[in-house]
Amino acid sequence: MNELTTTRHNELIDPIVHVWGWEIPVYLFLGGLVAGMMIIAGYFFIKGRDEGHECVCYQVPLIGLFLLSLGMLALFLDLEHKAYVWRVYTTFKIKSPMSWGSWILLLVYPALLVNFLLNVPAWIGDRLAFLKIWSQKILAIKNIKRHVGKVNLVLGIMLGIYTGILLSSLGARPLWNSAILGVLFLVSGLSTASALVHMIARDRAESEMLARADNLFLTIELFVFALFFIALLSSTEVQIQSAMLLLTGPFAAVFWVFVILMGILIPLFIQNLSVSHRIKHTPVAPIMVIVGGFVLRLVLVQAGQYSHYLNAHFLK
Amino acid sequence: MARFAMVIDTKKCVGCMDCVVACKAENKVPEGFNRDWITTEARGKFPTVQMEIRTERCNHCGNPPCVHCCPTGASHVHDLGGVVLVYHDLCIGCKACLASCPYDARFIHPEGYADKCTFCIHRVEKGQDPACVSVCPTHCMYFGDLEDVHSMVSRLLAERKWYAIAPEAGTDPQLFYLV
Amino acid sequence: MDSVSRRKFLKIGGASVVLSAATQSALGRVEELAKTKSSKGLEKIPTFCDICFWKCGAIAYVEDGKLWKVEGNPLDPLSRGRLCPRGTGGIGAHYDPDRLKYPLMRKSVRGEERWNQVTWDEALTFIADKMKKIKNDYGPEAMALFSHGIGGNFIKHLFKAYGSANIGAPSFAQCRGPRDVGFNLTFGEDVASPERTDIKNAQCLVLIGSHLGENMHNTQVQEFSDALANGVSLIVVDPRVSVAAGKAKYYLPIKPGADMALLLAWMQVLVTERLYNKPYVEKYGFGFDNFAAEILPYSPEWAYPETGIEPEVIRATAREMARYQPATLIHPGRHVTWYGDDAQRSRAIALLNALMGNWGVKGGFYYPVSMDVPSYPYPEYPHSDKPKVDNPDNKFPFAHEVNTNGIRKATISGEPYPVKGWFVYATNLIHALPDEQETIRAIQNLDLLVVIDVIPAEIAGWADVVLPEAVYLERHDDLNVEWFREPFISLRQPVVEAPHDQKPNWWIAKKLADKLDLGHYFPWKDIEEYLEHRLNAAGLSYGQLKKEGIIRGEKQPIYFAEGVPDVFPTPSGKIEFYSLQLAEAGFDPVPKYTQPAPPPAGFFRLLYGRAPVHSFSRTQSNRVLMDMIGENEVWINQDIANRYGLKSGDFIRLKNQDGVISNRIKVKATERIRTDCVYMIHGFGHNSRMLKFAYQKGASDAQLITRYKTDPLMGGTAMNVNFVTFELEA
Repeated sequence: MNELTTTRHNELIDPIVHVWGWEIPVYLFLGGLVAGMMIIAGYFFIKGRDEGHECVCYQVPLIGLFLLSLGMLALFLDLEHKAYVWRVYTTFKIKSPMSWGSWILLLVYPALLVNFLLNVPAWIGDRLAFLKIWSQKILAIKNIKRHVGKVNLVLGIMLGIYTGILLSSLGARPLWNSAILGVLFLVSGLSTASALVHMIARDRAESEMLARADNLFLTIELFVFALFFIALLSSTEVQIQSAMLLLTGPFAAVFWVFVILMGILIPLFIQNLSVSHRIKHTPVAPIMVIVGGFVLRLVLVQAGQYSHYLNAHFLK
Repeated sequence: MARFAMVIDTKKCVGCMDCVVACKAENKVPEGFNRDWITTEARGKFPTVQMEIRTERCNHCGNPPCVHCCPTGASHVHDLGGVVLVYHDLCIGCKACLASCPYDARFIHPEGYADKCTFCIHRVEKGQDPACVSVCPTHCMYFGDLEDVHSMVSRLLAERKWYAIAPEAGTDPQLFYLV
Repeated sequence: MDSVSRRKFLKIGGASVVLSAATQSALGRVEELAKTKSSKGLEKIPTFCDICFWKCGAIAYVEDGKLWKVEGNPLDPLSRGRLCPRGTGGIGAHYDPDRLKYPLMRKSVRGEERWNQVTWDEALTFIADKMKKIKNDYGPEAMALFSHGIGGNFIKHLFKAYGSANIGAPSFAQCRGPRDVGFNLTFGEDVASPERTDIKNAQCLVLIGSHLGENMHNTQVQEFSDALANGVSLIVVDPRVSVAAGKAKYYLPIKPGADMALLLAWMQVLVTERLYNKPYVEKYGFGFDNFAAEILPYSPEWAYPETGIEPEVIRATAREMARYQPATLIHPGRHVTWYGDDAQRSRAIALLNALMGNWGVKGGFYYPVSMDVPSYPYPEYPHSDKPKVDNPDNKFPFAHEVNTNGIRKATISGEPYPVKGWFVYATNLIHALPDEQETIRAIQNLDLLVVIDVIPAEIAGWADVVLPEAVYLERHDDLNVEWFREPFISLRQPVVEAPHDQKPNWWIAKKLADKLDLGHYFPWKDIEEYLEHRLNAAGLSYGQLKKEGIIRGEKQPIYFAEGVPDVFPTPSGKIEFYSLQLAEAGFDPVPKYTQPAPPPAGFFRLLYGRAPVHSFSRTQSNRVLMDMIGENEVWINQDIANRYGLKSGDFIRLKNQDGVISNRIKVKATERIRTDCVYMIHGFGHNSRMLKFAYQKGASDAQLITRYKTDPLMGGTAMNVNFVTFELEA
């Protein structure tokens, strides 16, 4: 029996840390999604396969600009000292993932914009004629698509990993304190981006191609999860306790049902059936993947805040 | 160089919260927030109960995760004594520092910036002890420079058994508890 | 500006300090306004604290005319430059939004808390007229005063001038009275306040129910800490693992109410094993052989079933005490009105100390000293033929102060003579006296109830007239001529202005005296003239005192070894192990044990105590202190809590043996308390609606203390005789 009482009563901290609500998970999710989109688009550009993959190479960047802005809005809403937000761009802090993120985002926007300008859709180009002019100028650059592809790939990987590293650098939370989180969020970003294209691509071949890719990413994600938990469970008491928050503890139900079962296993099963043409492609599986990707961020952010060094210290 | 630290004698502390009240008055900490606090532990089964009472606050870590994670440099290590401070007008209120602190020593001030114990650096620079140390009716708190081997804090750590809280978090905490 | 428009003005303006100063200037206090305006920068003004009644020297910091913080005065021997948390949080009293702001007069039945805001002149005229009528109809003794703390001195003076000596404080019959009687009967002197305990030099310290550390009397706690640092052997007797118990070498988890059995057994061991301080007892003791014979039957084996403390532990702790004598101090406690045998139990503690030979000895009890400051040369008070009303026929022969509950009883019965008016100064009788219904019955018999206070506590809700007093940081009070280890005097002086229409008590007393045609008892123009007069008479400088807050005198001897004469003002002139005066009055000359009534099935004994950040029921509107502890909890043993399905943080209500149900209170399920009792901090559970912030936060033990046992020696009210059960539907 160990009774622990404290006289502290700080908002957002006590009785347990809950500094981040829905905003940061939304931001991390959308950031991961956009990162995934960029990597996939980058891959096709580099491979010179943008034709036949119009959706991922030319439609998605525009969606990406929109989603990323939504994510930034969520991030901004979470800031407590909003008037000072410009301060992040007065410095670069090499040890701060937040600083990295801010600057990466600053690069992602023009990259997405350039990508978008490679193929301005008519419904925009007709209204904003100058975009067409810019588009022509850019297309005149030699090997521009390859360059765009490389930039997309690099920035996408950075953005995707950063959303995970953001959490894993906060050493006080044992659940987050794992570099695997970067890979996990990257793979999840790839999977949700694939799911999105799978869902919205008009071209059957492109859609199916991305469904296959998603199946691969989902499978990899399962392995990364396994690695994540094995690493935690083979570590110290606090890490074991933090893993248990997801595996058997207060967050287990949400984690197993929404992240693993409905976010990975069931869509994997459905998509396997559909890519082997045993059933029709429907938006059901990709929506499950996307929702699962969001819940993954949500549950990791919440459970991570719950995990603590001092709990283990006190509960002995 | 100086390395400021606090040594707290749990044998003497009675948990009266004078340190907390003094901090709140000295630093005008808003109602409902604490820069320091009392923790009471009781282990065992009545009547055989082991108790420990101690005053806690920011550990002014030698390896401060709150400074590392800060995107703007608002959280920084002060020139004097390794004290971890926050520039209010650099802070964007992203709360990464709150999440990064193993001691949950930070909070968001109602005005929006991250706030925490400053070791009363404004007093220390004038040669005074922090408000909590100077008010403690049990004299259970000591503040000083660990670089100075003759300081009270250095001598106490050399003479007595002590522990730091959650050293396994790896932040090199600078609050030491005598047992 | 007339008072009505002034009130309006304040309401509109939100009554800031500046506004209040401005309106005061309109009332003709131009010079004070000038002072406020000019006060830019940091001012440090010494005064002494009033959040409890220890009177610690303090220095207030005023920043641009606004109160910033209060620190200890390093010159002060009591605080040694360090205030306790309440003193540090004293700023909250000045800024308290719920404090009394204007004089109020009742406009409906008593207790409804419906008021007319009136001017001071209206309020004081009303009071004076009533007091004249009461004097006329019943005599001046029909007015009684309840007063706590140094602030009441001028009101007391007014009462004596008026002709009534019925002046009491709950600090006697509801608190430390039995202790002082028990020690008086033994040593011929009492323990006083600040207690004359030499804690810092003790090598073995025994605390019986005293929860130093939670009880935050500054000097005591500082010395306790010194003692701990010196490696004192600490023995703590308490049904609860108090903070002190957590630091003890020996913790004795006694069955509540059996302390006397333990004390007798300890003394039996010391006497039979001949471990007591023989030379000291031989030199100073009276009736030791009779005493030794009387305590012989009380063996540790006898005490075991009573106390629950194993005989071996009783023996070991007795031997531990003997080992360090005479520097073994058995602390006499302070709030000791527990089980009805309190004066005798305190006498047993006195005797145990006597066996250690520690009275007048380092590490035991020192002889407090003070500076010689003559009192103000007032005209002689009128003589009264009537005895004090509280103790008819000297029923409680050893009560040397007025019993508040005696006044209450007389107010209800009209015997030995009627009491028709009460003045209540700075004491919340509803929470301080047991059985609040009895207090309310007494109040209903009154023609006049005046409450002077800084906050609208429950008693104010029952008043006819409520007079708002300036808090200690805004007023002068009487000079504090302290009795302590070393002689000193200290000054309370205003550091900021009262923010509304609050007045200092000296002003209230003087104005009321004028209206009662007693102005000649207040011959001074204002309190500064009074203070200067007294200091001049003592050959001291008022200017120095204003500047430094404290004037210390020459060190004087405080132990026998330093030259204090070893005389005991008892009838025998010695330490009375056997008390003939008790025997003559029909009481036990040597304390005996009476078994307390056990809790009925399903009930738990209700125990209560102090928190370091609160003083009685007077600090729950102090927002700084409420930020530390904002409600109380009921401590319930973990096993009992499990049995009732309760966990920490659950809300329940407590129901006492008479069916009285408390406010909602949080459970603290803990291993730190016995299974047969529950514990809570006293002072919470306010039901005064005027205390908006504190209203119904936590529960009041006082509300549940509907029964009390009266101490036969001195009339004190023992309150640990109530039992509660749990109402789970909160």
